[in-house]
Amino acid sequence: MSLLSESHMKPLTRNIGLKRRYRAEKRFRAYGLIAICTGIFFLGALLWSIFSHGYSAFWQTSITLPVRLDAAVIDPQNRRDKNPQVLITANYPILIRNALSEKLSIAPDDHVGLRQVNRMFSSGVRVQLRKMVFDNPQLIGTTQTVTVLAAADIDSAVKGQINLAVPETKRKVSDRQVEWIHELAADGSLYKAFNTGLFTFAASSRPETSGLGAALIGSIYMILIVLALSLPIGVAAAIYLEEYARKNRFTDLIEININNLAAVPSIVFGLLGLAIFINFFGLPRSASLVGGLVLALMTLPTIIITTRSALRAVPSSIRSAALGLGASKIQMLFQHVLPLAAPGILTGTIISLARALGETAPLLLIGMVAFVANYPRTPMDPATALPVQIYMWASEAERAFVERTSGAIIVLLMFLAVMNIAAVLLRRRFEQP
Amino acid sequence: MSVSGVILIVLVFGGAGFFLSRARARAIEAHGAKMHSRPHYYGCWTCLLIVLPSLLFLFFWNIGVNIYAERQTLAHISYAAGGDIERSDSYAPLQRILGQKGIASTRQSENYMVQGGIELAAGIKNLRQAGAFAALLLSVIGFLAGFWGTKAKKRARNRVERVTLWGLIVASTFAILTTMGIVLSMLFQTISFFRSVPLSNFFLGTVWDPRFSVMALEGMLGRFGLIPLLAGTLYIAFVAMLFAVPIGLFAAVYMAEYATPRMRGIIKPLLEILAGIPTIVYGFFALVAVGPFLRDLSASITGGQGFIMAQSVLTAGLVMGIMLTPFVSSLSDDIITAVPRSLRDGSLGLGATQSETIKRVVLPAALPGIVAALLLTASRAIGETMIVVLAAGVAASLTLNPFEAMTTITVKIVNQLTGDLEFNSPQTLVAFALGMTLFVLTLFMNIFALYIVRKYQEHYE
Repeated sequence: MSLLSESHMKPLTRNIGLKRRYRAEKRFRAYGLIAICTGIFFLGALLWSIFSHGYSAFWQTSITLPVRLDAAVIDPQNRRDKNPQVLITANYPILIRNALSEKLSIAPDDHVGLRQVNRMFSSGVRVQLRKMVFDNPQLIGTTQTVTVLAAADIDSAVKGQINLAVPETKRKVSDRQVEWIHELAADGSLYKAFNTGLFTFAASSRPETSGLGAALIGSIYMILIVLALSLPIGVAAAIYLEEYARKNRFTDLIEININNLAAVPSIVFGLLGLAIFINFFGLPRSASLVGGLVLALMTLPTIIITTRSALRAVPSSIRSAALGLGASKIQMLFQHVLPLAAPGILTGTIISLARALGETAPLLLIGMVAFVANYPRTPMDPATALPVQIYMWASEAERAFVERTSGAIIVLLMFLAVMNIAAVLLRRRFEQP
Repeated sequence: MSVSGVILIVLVFGGAGFFLSRARARAIEAHGAKMHSRPHYYGCWTCLLIVLPSLLFLFFWNIGVNIYAERQTLAHISYAAGGDIERSDSYAPLQRILGQKGIASTRQSENYMVQGGIELAAGIKNLRQAGAFAALLLSVIGFLAGFWGTKAKKRARNRVERVTLWGLIVASTFAILTTMGIVLSMLFQTISFFRSVPLSNFFLGTVWDPRFSVMALEGMLGRFGLIPLLAGTLYIAFVAMLFAVPIGLFAAVYMAEYATPRMRGIIKPLLEILAGIPTIVYGFFALVAVGPFLRDLSASITGGQGFIMAQSVLTAGLVMGIMLTPFVSSLSDDIITAVPRSLRDGSLGLGATQSETIKRVVLPAALPGIVAALLLTASRAIGETMIVVLAAGVAASLTLNPFEAMTTITVKIVNQLTGDLEFNSPQTLVAFALGMTLFVLTLFMNIFALYIVRKYQEHYE
């Protein structure tokens, strides 16, 4: 009985601060969650900021209208048979201006109005019409339906990026221009279309005619050069280090070098490229060849490291079996081990290539910050790269360039996403036993 | 014949040599002879004999020709400048032609250079042609040697494998060559920089004002003080680490210790997206979003002029911190998960809560690895370029106020080397001295990180 009554009493407890400790536990967990949420919040903010600025860059306002290719404007003295130079120097924008003012029924003596009409369309029409007339001089005197790009400010106004509540003198689009936009949009001659120019045009000082064409080609050249150089060299080096090298001072030196090179700031590789490839070997500045070489040296350590771990993951029974059947060591490596390690190697390579594609700093130093108005034909021609083009556009002041920059970033991120997803899929597919 | 044309011909020839020799080896085998190696090894050996010597020759020959050309040009110019120079007006048309091809040429060139240049170009062209011819000849000799050498007793496989092994060894030396290239290229330029600028001007100077190279011609030497740049670099890196370390570490601890596998499978890739975004994108984000946001925020706090500038230490540091967070978290995550289960079980079994276990058992055990990871992250922060180029500003000021703009070593390297270059002026060479400083700084941090890991890391079996 007494025992029972004792058990009814409150048991003896020692205050070991459990409540406090559980509170600390909860706090600690919360800190972790907050940290993760902060990270994800920043990711969201970054992507949202880029996409909200940039999605509109994929649409571009164009104006389609009948234009009379007036011989009196293009070639007033009718000398084009003797002197084709006339067709180059002719004042083509006037043709568009006349066509547009006719459509909007503006009097020819309304000079203020005409000037504003002139600012409706891109001055890139000069090149566009010149090419059209030059390719086919029979068109002179006829009326053709021509689609021209709207000027950057008009484009912004159509996309609703210009605040119309601001007094007219303080904004870049006048009230009359806004009216014309509505008028032209109502009959369908002013419309937004997919912006193919963003992918095909090369560098330009006007936002509406500048695009990523030259940069895309430069980037593709560079990625191919990186692939052609760093994949074979990296795999060969990894095979030697993993399968042949005995541990001695020489191989130690190589290992330290590889690990250290992987952590060298990328801009230092740019200095290397400038001093060695351009200054010493005399390769041309701004060439994608030099960019490719520099990026190849940069990606080499990563490829070596991933290849080595892929080789290590191949089970030793494969090696023993091959050697036991009489294969030489080289045969064993190239015919049995390497094919099994290939998915791992490829995954690592794709990820390093994606990294190389987004690298900017070393390319600035070897002169790829160049105004490249023509497509580079060979890797020796002046070119620029996708991230460098982003850098150059980011330094421009105009509102329309901010949109283009964000658009270019979206393009870059898409490329990176595709490459990384490919790497993940590759890994998944081959990891299944 | 262009170099690339010769290379193409040699490669095609090599392919042809492969098939011919293999066919010959097969024919010999069909006659009943016992071959030492499989037929395709004979093909490979012939291909190697054709391609390797001639391409190696071509490579070294062209480097030799370039060096010769440079020597000759220098000799010619010094001879011409010393002797009587014939001045005719032949330079202007050349300049126009070059201009049409997009090559800007300055007025400083002299006519005698044009004359010498034309002669040299002809001479070099002849040398190149001779080299191309010799390379083709070498490949023909290689083909003959390989083709007629295809005999039953020839140990073709061993030869091919020996060459392959040498190829592997050569490939593995590229890492050393790259490091040597980095060190040597920067060392020479740095030395020639310090020939014209005293060491104390660079290392102890507190003013960065390099001037333009034109001024240097007039005898005015700029001031190349490293201290404001170094201070800016370290300050911005410090602010970045201030953001990245707590966020990254807590995220890593949560992912390693608390998160369910499913949650971890979602969070980890999301944070790794941050690591895969190119730094130029972060730079642009800082420029158009974070900078203006902070400026407007400070303006709305004071109600007038904001005290945070759009380009400031805080902007650059914050955005760089975001960029570094995934590095800290994924490196620390790996290290924390590598701490053995038994340590945790022991602590939990003695009645410690999970957070106490983490704080008093897991983290101390992982500490050397985490410190090394933080050092690696810090070295990345110091070498980071694009974010600071766009977000930190270019004014080399010495200030403790994080709301003002400061500049970094990397920004100044970019500034000094973009635009028109005059390669031997101290204004350009200083970039290499800065690069050397950066390289040495990050090298020491990396080596120190390795040293910590090797010395203090516990090994659990």
